[in-house]
Amino acid sequence: MSENEIESDRENGGNTPRKPTPEGKPAVSIAKRQTNRRRVLRTILLTGGVLGAALSGFLPLVYAQKKRLRPPGALDEKDFLGSCIKCGQCVQVCPVSAIKLADLVDGMGVGTPYIDPRNQACDFSCDAVQCILACPTGSLTYHKPDFLPVRPGAALAAKPILIAKEKDAEPTLNMHERIGVARLTRPEACLAIQGKGFKGQTRGPDFKGQLRYMAVDRWKPVKISSHPYDLAECDLCVRECPVKGAISIETVFAPDGSKRKSPVVHEPCVGCGVCEMVCPVEPTAISIEAGEVWKS
Amino acid sequence: MSALLKRRFVDQIKVMFGAEPSKPKEIGPAAQKIHFYKKGNRDLIAEKLHARAHAEHKNTWRNRRWATLIFANLLFTLSFFLDIQILEGALTASRFVGFHLIDLNSALQVMLAHKHIINNLLIGTGTVLLLWVLLGGRTFCSWVCPYHLLAEWAEKIHLYLAKKKLVTDQTMDRRLRTVFWAIFALLALATGYTVFEAISPTGILSRALIYGPGLALLWVLALLFFEVFFSRRAWCRYACPIGLTYGVVGIVSPVRIIYKLDACFHEGDCRKVCLVPHVLDTVIKGRAVETEVPIGPDCTRCGLCVDTCPTGSLSFEVKGLSKLA
Repeated sequence: MSENEIESDRENGGNTPRKPTPEGKPAVSIAKRQTNRRRVLRTILLTGGVLGAALSGFLPLVYAQKKRLRPPGALDEKDFLGSCIKCGQCVQVCPVSAIKLADLVDGMGVGTPYIDPRNQACDFSCDAVQCILACPTGSLTYHKPDFLPVRPGAALAAKPILIAKEKDAEPTLNMHERIGVARLTRPEACLAIQGKGFKGQTRGPDFKGQLRYMAVDRWKPVKISSHPYDLAECDLCVRECPVKGAISIETVFAPDGSKRKSPVVHEPCVGCGVCEMVCPVEPTAISIEAGEVWKS
Repeated sequence: MSALLKRRFVDQIKVMFGAEPSKPKEIGPAAQKIHFYKKGNRDLIAEKLHARAHAEHKNTWRNRRWATLIFANLLFTLSFFLDIQILEGALTASRFVGFHLIDLNSALQVMLAHKHIINNLLIGTGTVLLLWVLLGGRTFCSWVCPYHLLAEWAEKIHLYLAKKKLVTDQTMDRRLRTVFWAIFALLALATGYTVFEAISPTGILSRALIYGPGLALLWVLALLFFEVFFSRRAWCRYACPIGLTYGVVGIVSPVRIIYKLDACFHEGDCRKVCLVPHVLDTVIKGRAVETEVPIGPDCTRCGLCVDTCPTGSLSFEVKGLSKLA
């Protein structure tokens, strides 16, 4: 007889076998059954709690409160949220720290990168799109996989030419889709339309945003506040736009028939948001519509 | 490996998925002999009391582990903060001096949700898979995961309160973790969103350490609160799919804890400190099927049992290499 058998014999109180219950299962005391039942209840409660927390991540999507401007090369929002691994490598390579990570209130988007262009736009001062290169999952991508559709108007007619490297052998950015489109959302506030000039630091002395000024240093973006302007007619959004042919000052006719100067956005606009960042009026007269497509 | 150990190996995989460890039906002759020898042996009891009185409490492995965990997470933070670019990214995905590393569970979530796998994702996942196969699977949990460290501290508070009879550990069904793993995998596949990533305390904490704190830490705090006042180590024990993913990897890992029957007094100190005491069922009197039994894949290789054991019956082992410490 093995030791095991001896032990089980003793547990059973010598030679008398344990009385089986009708189902053939060993008898369970009432107290034990109660403990088990409580345990099952607790387990169900924990399941509910964790799943509830996880599913609450869908709420921000259902209500779709705000569309965030995603970094260059981002897939369409749904695919972006599904593929982003939330590691922040794009954040780490951005020379102007334009990319931030979303917080809890963004639900499924927690930890995903976005750009708040009014505070810090993407000025392409990395001269390429480093964030796309850094992305390990293809959430930010040079070329969309074939099975993902390109929305009409999202595709750029040509690779955008970066004014800063216009004289280089390769002047373009490896981007095929825009991330948004700039729009003059408050024309009545626009200084150019009012025929006004601008003198001083756009966005004030305390503004932390940075921009690359080719006249200062090609490789080192500086604070906008360190670069005051003196303009007879405000054309900041056009002057600082990093993409060739994306925006220009045009003569337009106001409803009363008078001639006015106005910034006009063109097809090459990629939605980087520099115009929004440098606009001196509060709130901004020109802003980026995130994820928007070009409509002629 | 003897047939008995093979059977145990399979049983331990079931135990990882949530089965309760059961009494072995058969015990090897060598182990049997030791079990018999220990039965009611008065000399042994005297020896035990002596060993106990002279046992020094060590924290060797705990200190090594905490140092490693803090160093690994600090390396992420410093790489970004000081721009030294050694380990860029967060625990979910990173680049170690240029080599892609991608957390297995995060990679799984993304692959299931996005249904498109690019080369970098595949390379990073493969590298990490190989790394943790070599290092022990759930070694990730106790040696790298930042939530593990916080939970360890919360556990200390819980145990203190439990000693004062202010709280009791509300245990749950361990099969829940497997259920969660399946639910989160299915949710990712069906909805196209990485649902688990939104609440993963590992990801949230790792990002908070690197990119600064956010509201998401409230969820982590809620989990810790739950663990302190209601259920000991609940997240790691009953919920976290990351742990199960790495556990599966650990099935074939050569790094493990090995149990030696002869010196053991079966006092169960190891089971009291263990995050996953079901893997230590073999130390219960009369349960060891052989004189040396490797601990199963759900073990996080944290070394707390190695530190605690007064007789050195538990130690780290690399299969095929000589034993460590």
